[in-house]
Amino acid sequence: MAFKTEHMTLNMGPQHPSTHGVLRLELELEGEIIKAVKPHIGYLHRCFEKHAEAMTYPQVIPYTDRMDYLSSIYNEFGYAVAVEKLLGIQVPERVEYIRVIMGELQRIASHLVAIGTYGLDIGAFTPFLFCFIDREKILSLFEMTCGARLLYNYIWVGGLSHDLHPDFIRSAKEFVTYFRPKVKDLNNLLTYNKIFIDRTANVGILPLETAINYGISGPNLRASGFEWDIRKDDTYSVYNKFNFDIPVGKGLQGTVGDCWDRYYVRILEIEESLKIIEQALKQIPEGDVTSAIPKRIKPPVGQVYSRVENPRGELGYFIISNGTPNPFRVKVKGPSFVHLGIMNELCKGHMVADVIAILGSIDIVLGEVDR
Amino acid sequence: MGLLDKQFAKEGIVVSSLEDLLNWSRLSSLWQVGFGLACCAIEMMATSASHYDFDRFGVIPRNSPRQADIIIISGTVTLKMATRIKRIYEQMADPKYVISMGSCSNCGGPYWEHGYHVLKGVDRVIPVDVYVPGCPPRPEALLEGLLKLQEKIRNESLVKKTV
Amino acid sequence: MKNIQEIFSILKEKLGDFVLELTSSQPFEPFITISPLKINEVCLFLRDNEDLKFDSLVCLSGVDDANGKTIKDENGDNKIEGGTLSVYYHLESTKFRHKVVLKVSAARENPEVSSVALIWHHADWHEREAYDLVGINFLNHPDLRRILMPYDWEAGHPLRKDYKNPEFYQGMKVPY
Repeated sequence: MAFKTEHMTLNMGPQHPSTHGVLRLELELEGEIIKAVKPHIGYLHRCFEKHAEAMTYPQVIPYTDRMDYLSSIYNEFGYAVAVEKLLGIQVPERVEYIRVIMGELQRIASHLVAIGTYGLDIGAFTPFLFCFIDREKILSLFEMTCGARLLYNYIWVGGLSHDLHPDFIRSAKEFVTYFRPKVKDLNNLLTYNKIFIDRTANVGILPLETAINYGISGPNLRASGFEWDIRKDDTYSVYNKFNFDIPVGKGLQGTVGDCWDRYYVRILEIEESLKIIEQALKQIPEGDVTSAIPKRIKPPVGQVYSRVENPRGELGYFIISNGTPNPFRVKVKGPSFVHLGIMNELCKGHMVADVIAILGSIDIVLGEVDR
Repeated sequence: MGLLDKQFAKEGIVVSSLEDLLNWSRLSSLWQVGFGLACCAIEMMATSASHYDFDRFGVIPRNSPRQADIIIISGTVTLKMATRIKRIYEQMADPKYVISMGSCSNCGGPYWEHGYHVLKGVDRVIPVDVYVPGCPPRPEALLEGLLKLQEKIRNESLVKKTV
Repeated sequence: MKNIQEIFSILKEKLGDFVLELTSSQPFEPFITISPLKINEVCLFLRDNEDLKFDSLVCLSGVDDANGKTIKDENGDNKIEGGTLSVYYHLESTKFRHKVVLKVSAARENPEVSSVALIWHHADWHEREAYDLVGINFLNHPDLRRILMPYDWEAGHPLRKDYKNPEFYQGMKVPY
């Protein structure tokens, strides 16, 4: 006697402890095996692009902060670089060095949240607490400089809003010395933990051809074996003055491009960021950070697409100007929006519990997906 | 009147009213539904972590709304999400409380003027007890909001006063 | 690595009718205009040709050009008639490291553009977003429906310049 089978639809609704925000995943199951995953987004659509058309160029910066709220400095950085290209102005060197230092500190903070919450999803509570304690130290460095912990409004078009606090360089050097050995602690706790490896190695393998066709960038693309980093390949600001490596996934615990690789590339990137911060703190020149900020921003008619390396991938701003003080169109290509489109490909054939492991390894932020 | 727990330390016998006892036990263990929407959710996670520690006030996150006492709406409420918030609020069992955290859920926040998809304040769909201002509010501000809610519960009464 | 002049001459030679013109007068980016219903053939050629190899779509954006006539409709609101809606494609090659920008324009009243979602899967969600927010219809897209706005949103396409907000949605007041 043959069994009659049909697929079951399971809803991982917008309110869920492991979906990193308001995301709805519709899973089509045959028993415990996944046949299809359909993401539904738009639960946090806050109309950034409409606001950008109504505000003047400097007024858009607080709105860019709130898109990817875990790496706000980089959102502002990308927007400022794009508008400065359109205006054709050059910022002082001190401004460039400070932007790089803040950007790399923000990269470390963002990776700490990614690692901590990934451990929480898999079932480990202690790395989450350890990561957040170290992150508090970075946030107090930011608070010393511009007064805010999470959403800064610090990088302006043409310069910065405040210069560094006199104590900043000393505190930053102390932080680098304090934090280097902590990465080894994290490795002992989570990276080489047998349970973690069993849950993440050989799960969600992303081949390189598929990754490029789907537009994947950042640590997810580097974990599939391709050495591509916008800080080196399409360089901006003063990144060409520093010595740092690009970590690439090698399949040490499983296959190249699985969840463990995507996680391990982030750990290695924290080390590289510490290297960049040390070099920048030694070489930082003197200067005035507000001297190049234009009084009134009115770019010529034209368009530009400029991109930076967000902690999550390639963040691109496409700005069209029509000669008025307000932008005509600002389109943001957020890496999390692109990466979420690959969930269906990666999850086919795995079990329900693996969906959480795969979703955590892609590291999305819903503010950037929905804008 | 003083806190009931301080009175236990002296003799071992305490005289109080039933209302005070029930209110004290309720406000010391408010379990929250894990509900983070946007940037304010990160500050809420930082409040639950070890630097600012929510757990010492008795607040632990529970996954299901049926097991929770309070819901902290942290982040922007969009029109698409508002119907789902209403559904989760209706699933919680009485007595339940709502803390609205951040400008976006208080009144629409920075998106009040041109946000075509933003609900200007979560009090358009559910009743709110405490509003915590800020964008995002510091963890200390959220702790003060919780203390204000505890104040409110302490003054609640089982019987409606007629005089 | 080729620059945009060389790419334009190769395209004009192989697919002359569909390739319209090269604009490089404005800052900062020059772009090539293509006819809207043939963009998928041009993109397939760009992806598979051995000298060009554009295997990566970097960005796809829908834009309301607002270059028609502004008139007042029956309620006294501004409405734009005529003019075009455009889509910009930014392509890059990971092998040769060169880039190109393409543009297509479609009429505002009935905007139709061929979809490139089957050439690069990256375009799938970007085209859904352009349909949702600007209102451009992509022909032969595997699954064209709204992505960011609610599925039952009746009030139109929000990123158009003459969009007006509804008063109520499912019983909730929308304006401030």
